[in-house]
Amino acid sequence: MARVFYPIESYSASQVGYRLLPFRFLRLDDDNELLVNEVGEFVIAPSGTAQILVRKQLTRGSDVYSTLKAKQFIADDSSSPLLDLLATKYRTKYSFIEGFTKLHIFVVTLRCDHSCHYCQVSRQTADKNTYDMSFETAEKSVSLMMKSPARHITLELQGGEPLLAFDVIRHIVPLAKRRAKLLDKDLDIVVTTNLANATDDMLFYLRDENIKISTSLDGPAFIHNANRPRPGNNSYELTIQNIERARKILGPGRVAALMTTTQLSLEHPREIIDEYVRQGFHSIFLRPISPYGFAVKTKKRTGYQLDAFMDFYRTGLDYILQINREGYGLAEVYAKILLTKILTPYGTGFVDLQSPAGAGINVLVYNYDGDVYATDESRMLAEMGDHTFRLGNVRTHTHRDIFTGDAFLNLVSASCNQSLAGCSDCALQPYCGSDPVFNHATQGDVFGHRPTSEFCQRNMGIIKHLFGLISNQDPEIMRICFAWIQNSSLHEISKAGPS
Amino acid sequence: MRLTTGGTPSKSFRRPVVGKVSREALREGERADRILVIDRIPAHVGELAGYSGFLTTAKVERQRSPVPTISSVHEIDHLRTNDIVAMEPNNGFIRTLYRPDSNHNVIFATHRCNSNCLMCSQPPQDRDDAAASAERNLQLIRLIDKPPARLVITGGEPTLLGERLLTIIAALRDKFPETYLHMLTNGRIFAWPAFTARLAEVKHPDFVLGIPLYSDDSTIHDYVVQAQGAFDQTVIGLHQLARYGLRVEIRVVLHAVTVPRLAQLAEYIYRNLTFAEHIALMGLENIGYTPRNMAKLWVDPHDYQDQLEEAVELLSTRGMNVSIYNHQLCVLRRSLWKFARKSISDWKNIYIEECASCGVREHCGGFFKWATKIHSSHIHSLSPMLNEDLMHVGSNHKPAQITDS
Repeated sequence: MARVFYPIESYSASQVGYRLLPFRFLRLDDDNELLVNEVGEFVIAPSGTAQILVRKQLTRGSDVYSTLKAKQFIADDSSSPLLDLLATKYRTKYSFIEGFTKLHIFVVTLRCDHSCHYCQVSRQTADKNTYDMSFETAEKSVSLMMKSPARHITLELQGGEPLLAFDVIRHIVPLAKRRAKLLDKDLDIVVTTNLANATDDMLFYLRDENIKISTSLDGPAFIHNANRPRPGNNSYELTIQNIERARKILGPGRVAALMTTTQLSLEHPREIIDEYVRQGFHSIFLRPISPYGFAVKTKKRTGYQLDAFMDFYRTGLDYILQINREGYGLAEVYAKILLTKILTPYGTGFVDLQSPAGAGINVLVYNYDGDVYATDESRMLAEMGDHTFRLGNVRTHTHRDIFTGDAFLNLVSASCNQSLAGCSDCALQPYCGSDPVFNHATQGDVFGHRPTSEFCQRNMGIIKHLFGLISNQDPEIMRICFAWIQNSSLHEISKAGPS
Repeated sequence: MRLTTGGTPSKSFRRPVVGKVSREALREGERADRILVIDRIPAHVGELAGYSGFLTTAKVERQRSPVPTISSVHEIDHLRTNDIVAMEPNNGFIRTLYRPDSNHNVIFATHRCNSNCLMCSQPPQDRDDAAASAERNLQLIRLIDKPPARLVITGGEPTLLGERLLTIIAALRDKFPETYLHMLTNGRIFAWPAFTARLAEVKHPDFVLGIPLYSDDSTIHDYVVQAQGAFDQTVIGLHQLARYGLRVEIRVVLHAVTVPRLAQLAEYIYRNLTFAEHIALMGLENIGYTPRNMAKLWVDPHDYQDQLEEAVELLSTRGMNVSIYNHQLCVLRRSLWKFARKSISDWKNIYIEECASCGVREHCGGFFKWATKIHSSHIHSLSPMLNEDLMHVGSNHKPAQITDS
């Protein structure tokens, strides 16, 4: 049968012109601008592209026209705008909201053997009765936690130094597990500890209960010991010995480390990173210091300029990429979170950088005295006398009271960067977050002022830096990025390239 | 390998017959559903009683045959006992439907199609064969004894059978629940949720739909498949299938129209069709419509290695399961060897003269038999390689099954 074939023109739009779908843009550098659609898909294009695009002057059939149509920046009548597809992608990006509060932080004691300069809340005292969580408060906290609709819950036991209140931990763990089983919830438990007081018995208990350890490692001895004073000035040596011991007992994958950045750290990004490699870690989180608690009071000692942090971050990230190139897999956690948002269809529920903000919605803090806070930082503000984000108390408030109370409503009114001035029209909005607690602490109101916001400048700086990396289109860098994103080693990422 | 032959049909024979070949005479009780295939004429007509059909190379002189007969058959050597064949009454055509010893058997659903792809290897025919096809395929399924490892439903566009297609899939589910079932479809009909829901209700335990997507630009896809709106329907269809938990594979044929935006298509698949369990990037097959559209389609595979590598790299680093089909190792960049599969069905797979002295031939998928007319001008024999080099061929994690067309 003779069939006729029609030319490509027969399948392009019959009407002249196109419609715009929601997108945002910003200038990336002198030559390029970044266009980002509602679900975080992006185009890096020569300067002037956004103007041509909105003036409806794009040439049909050009590559950029096809790309913008395929990425749902524009629609013409050759195709339906496939809005259901966009909706599905939007839903996927924001699926981290599903289930509501997933991370539950229990402050089982305020007592600690360290006196870190940057620590906001700990107390050096032997007074168990005043600063440990009582069994009764622990039970009420578990009950409140189990009211969360989330199917998968993470319980983080922290302090102070939580191992100093091991009896409280041993009271909470079996109770939480029993309740989780009853309610058919998955429960992960993590203990955040400096390990200085970890006995073998404690470690065997953590192993048997399948509890993960998150410890502190600020860098090599001269940084770690300077940041984390304790009697004997041996925090580093203790930490390293104890990481070793904990890995032997729990298994290497069960022990993670976090670093805190100080003025001293800022001058030594490479040494800190080298220390993480030396200790066999495969991820490191180059965290900025928080502006709370003692950290604010001792600002002269630990405070620093944003510029200095940005230099530290960029130098550190470059160095980490070099280490990966040389074959050792080491992920920078903040970059990994942002790259997941930028390069994949998925979102991440990282409570410090999401919209709606994680505070309350994805994380809740249960203090030793039963007070419930939206975030760990909210609790630190309270220690300084600012109770704005105290959402209630486990003894006097129900789940419903907490999430319909004024404190929570005040917080969520500024939780969505989609509707914050200076964020709503920012191209980086889909990758960024909002932090009403930070806004309140640094700028005096939950909404904040973007042009002078350190949160805004820092995140825009980091995200733009990552786009700089991405726009180079270096296949090796992209392989490293996706190895981080997928938690896989570089070898598992199928390498098209000489094998 | 031959799958068709023909001869002179007898007058008494009105309806198509599907039956199982026997190359030897059987006792009378064993002749049901059997087609006797021999090179002579039985001395007595009674010797044919009870068979479903009779094929012979001998010439039958005007005598009345008691069973549907095709005589003067050109070729019967390829017909083996237990092959399942169809005999056509009008033209004496004899098609092999099923070979028990092959891993490349298909259920040919229909000749009709609602697309008209520039490079269709099996050009559609516009006649309503739905009822006859369904009947023939159900008979075929009844006749298969041993569960095949895999089966492919193809066409034409199988979904044009509608409910009858669901009946066929249900029959396969009931008789061969362990058999991996692959269906090649343009996926357009799944834009209608009701049909997708019905397919999902069949609950075949091991079923994947192979669906082509040729560009991230709807205009280019619609042009390749020669159907306005096909891109929208296919993309929505893929999402409907995913919503109902049905498994999908994306198939891309590489040619001059699809290669220029291959990397953008890979990105589109990752962003929009992340749920696809396999992506097959396939070489052009020079049969069907392809020869007549060759001027629009031809690009030497040697000349698109950059685009192919970029797309494969993009998909594989993102954790997508990607394969390259129908390409010869000597034209594939070495970095791509691990994604290359021996994908061409046995009955149409050949190697050409240059392959005779090639040291890696046994690792190479070779050619379609119609590639003798046109193939890459860079085909050359390679020297034998160390095992460790060859280990990488096809070493990337494999899809459960490979289906070329």
